[in-house]
Amino acid sequence: MTTKILDLPVASYVLPGNRSCAGCGIGIALRQITAALEGRMVMTVPASCLTVLGGMFPIASVNVPWVNVAFPSTAAAASGIAAGLRATGRAGEMTVLAMAGDGGTGDIGIQALSGAAERNEDFIYLCYDNEAYMNTGTQRSGLTPAGARTTTTWAGKRENPKDIPRIMEAHGIPYVASTSAAFPADVYDKVSKARGITGLRYIHMNTPCPSGWGFDPKDTVRLGKLAVDTGLVVLYEVEGGVFRLTGRSASLAKTGKPRVPVADYLATQTRFRGMKPEAIAAVQAWVDERWERFVARDAGVCDQDLRGAGHHQLR
Amino acid sequence: MSDQVSVMTGNEAAANAARLARVQVIAAYPITPQSPVVEQLAAWVESGELPAEFVAVESEHSAMTVCIGASTVGARTFTATSSNGLAYMTEQVWWAPGARLPIVMCVVNRAMAAPWNVLNDQQDSMSVRDAGWVQLFCRDNQEILDTTVQAYRIAERLHVPVMVCYDGFLLSHTMMPVAVPTPEQIDAFLPPFTEPFTVVDPGDPHNIGPVVMAEPRADETGATRGGYMEIRALHHRALLDALAIIPETDAEYASAVGRSWGGLTWEHLLDAAEVVLVAAGSLGTQLTVTAEQLRSEGIKAGVLGIRAYRPFPVEALRDKLAGRRLALVFDKALSYGYEGPICSDLRGAMLGSDGAPAVFGAVCGLGGRDVSPEDLAEAARRALTDLDAGARTRETDWINLHLEG
Amino acid sequence: MHARMSARGSGSQMSEISMSRPAVGEAGRTGDWRNNRPVIDAAKCLAVKQGKVTCQICWVYCPDGCIAQGVGPVIDLTYCKGCGICAEECPAGAIEMQPESLHGVCAVDETGEAAR
Repeated sequence: MTTKILDLPVASYVLPGNRSCAGCGIGIALRQITAALEGRMVMTVPASCLTVLGGMFPIASVNVPWVNVAFPSTAAAASGIAAGLRATGRAGEMTVLAMAGDGGTGDIGIQALSGAAERNEDFIYLCYDNEAYMNTGTQRSGLTPAGARTTTTWAGKRENPKDIPRIMEAHGIPYVASTSAAFPADVYDKVSKARGITGLRYIHMNTPCPSGWGFDPKDTVRLGKLAVDTGLVVLYEVEGGVFRLTGRSASLAKTGKPRVPVADYLATQTRFRGMKPEAIAAVQAWVDERWERFVARDAGVCDQDLRGAGHHQLR
Repeated sequence: MSDQVSVMTGNEAAANAARLARVQVIAAYPITPQSPVVEQLAAWVESGELPAEFVAVESEHSAMTVCIGASTVGARTFTATSSNGLAYMTEQVWWAPGARLPIVMCVVNRAMAAPWNVLNDQQDSMSVRDAGWVQLFCRDNQEILDTTVQAYRIAERLHVPVMVCYDGFLLSHTMMPVAVPTPEQIDAFLPPFTEPFTVVDPGDPHNIGPVVMAEPRADETGATRGGYMEIRALHHRALLDALAIIPETDAEYASAVGRSWGGLTWEHLLDAAEVVLVAAGSLGTQLTVTAEQLRSEGIKAGVLGIRAYRPFPVEALRDKLAGRRLALVFDKALSYGYEGPICSDLRGAMLGSDGAPAVFGAVCGLGGRDVSPEDLAEAARRALTDLDAGARTRETDWINLHLEG
Repeated sequence: MHARMSARGSGSQMSEISMSRPAVGEAGRTGDWRNNRPVIDAAKCLAVKQGKVTCQICWVYCPDGCIAQGVGPVIDLTYCKGCGICAEECPAGAIEMQPESLHGVCAVDETGEAAR
């Protein structure tokens, strides 16, 4: 059951007057992430928009322990912090949260993340996916969707995005989830659930970005929801290898109503301007195939077991 | 002293030091010729003899990162690497000292690719000499054990990471007698690490390592705080403080354990030496044989060993080389396009110094090329011949090079 | 040896490492960024109409935490960046984005006409 907005904690750890863009999806989510952990946390943050949101020396803008780290190293830094806390007898004091963008997770950061997942390190890894290297001015990442124009894909990205949650599932970690910054209560619930699980917990969070996607900042939430309504973004959980759709995606599957055509979503952002009908049709086909797979998994029809060997801890 | 004397390799000596130092987090990634260090540590962790967290990372970049993370929350950390592994973690080798984290890393010196070569030279350590670590070079396995333990004391007093360098295969895989101190002796010398600069506390949240502006900027109380340049100046100042801390620590260790290694430099037959042979690492031990041979020929040779390469012991070198005719510096590395790094640094330090000797350089041992005390003696004789003929400058002498086949 | 970073005080404090404490307004008065400001119409606001802390959807969606829950919610205009999400998401249409020029910040509006 999704927590109601009125039941979300009021205590705020994200302080006003930070450097994020007006309408930034990260801020909406970070308020709930920090609330779900009650500030009893330490974050590892690589070079990214989040670094900037966190503030320039000597003033910080988020009221939680925060460690800035080198770009490829988010998951390894979290592993080191977790090991250090155990070694100094402080592991129970706080949750370790690694929070990186899509590039820092799926491209330059994937090696460290894969290693941490294989070792089943004890921290939460949350990827805020704004679908490009936004902090450096909107260059394409491996998670940029097909058709999106960026400063390194002027004619639109040719490839479909990497499916990082699926890769994480294949590592056999205890919890994998997909959420969206446009659904702050969903973010709160998934982080809350992750908090109570030991081992590597991976949360992938679609994060609309007005600056990089090309839309009016007022539409951050509306377009984030629209993405879910098309099936481009799917809200789900994989807990102990068991898959289920959640929230709006679950409702969508249950009612069986037709999804919004992707063309309607693509038309809302200048990054997709000029996409040819064939390209849009290709995206639609890609979304449809994925959606059918998610629906089948939700119904318990599992076409492939991505759980891997599972984990057993000697600790 | 009640040391247990064993015969062990340099890698085993390094592992013993990490154990005695009671390291709390070990990051481990294998690379020849370092791998036996982490293998031994893994065995002790599994048996319970070393109650540390052992993180078998997936790359050297992550090895240094794990140390950075663990050190940030106040744990004592250890890792080791060589050559391309050191190169792979270079970004983080720069991060650690800038973040003032007292990490200790053993670098088992090996040649850099390309081309591939797993054997000894000192190019790997030289490639990161500017990053702001304390760099100490060991001449034998006993020194490896003692220096690695001392490294923790130095690092934690200064809040600067320390790199303990020793020659791959020549020391790492060669068996030598090593006296292993007791845990009680080391506990008396090395207190627990309790005061990191960093605060990680949900009750007192801090943002560690954020972007720093070029100029000083006011904090939330209105106090002016430094910019990048101030933070780096303080880091540099800590390294200069190391010039005193390194010998102090060596002396304290001598009180606790009964062995001293000379602090910043060490010497052999330096009294009244006219020709001083200079090197870092095990080459220094070979040079002692060379110097004795040359003395027997009537050449007043002596050895000045570099123990601390960074910070560079300018005053000590000026003092000990004043009045000599020649300093012949043997590098197992090259700054490509120029000359051996120790040679450049030493010649630069001599400039303008009273009674400074001529400084000539030789390069040897690249990629594990064998070099004997007689080869070194031959090099010294060649250098003296040129000096006596009036040479004040001289091209680098490549020892045992076979370009003609 | 080296003094640890000490607690607050005025004047200059050189620090060995970059380590910050949190405070509001790290980027300055971000309210100065906006062209339009959100204005809540109490007559339409669901919380005001029902006399209790209900709805609060504007509060949950503000990226900068500039809206405090209340009857009705209160927007911190010192830091509100004017993104317009609150106005867009309000289910009662109770929030209007009004040009800054209407509120005396600037003597002329974007077209060069004198305000009012």
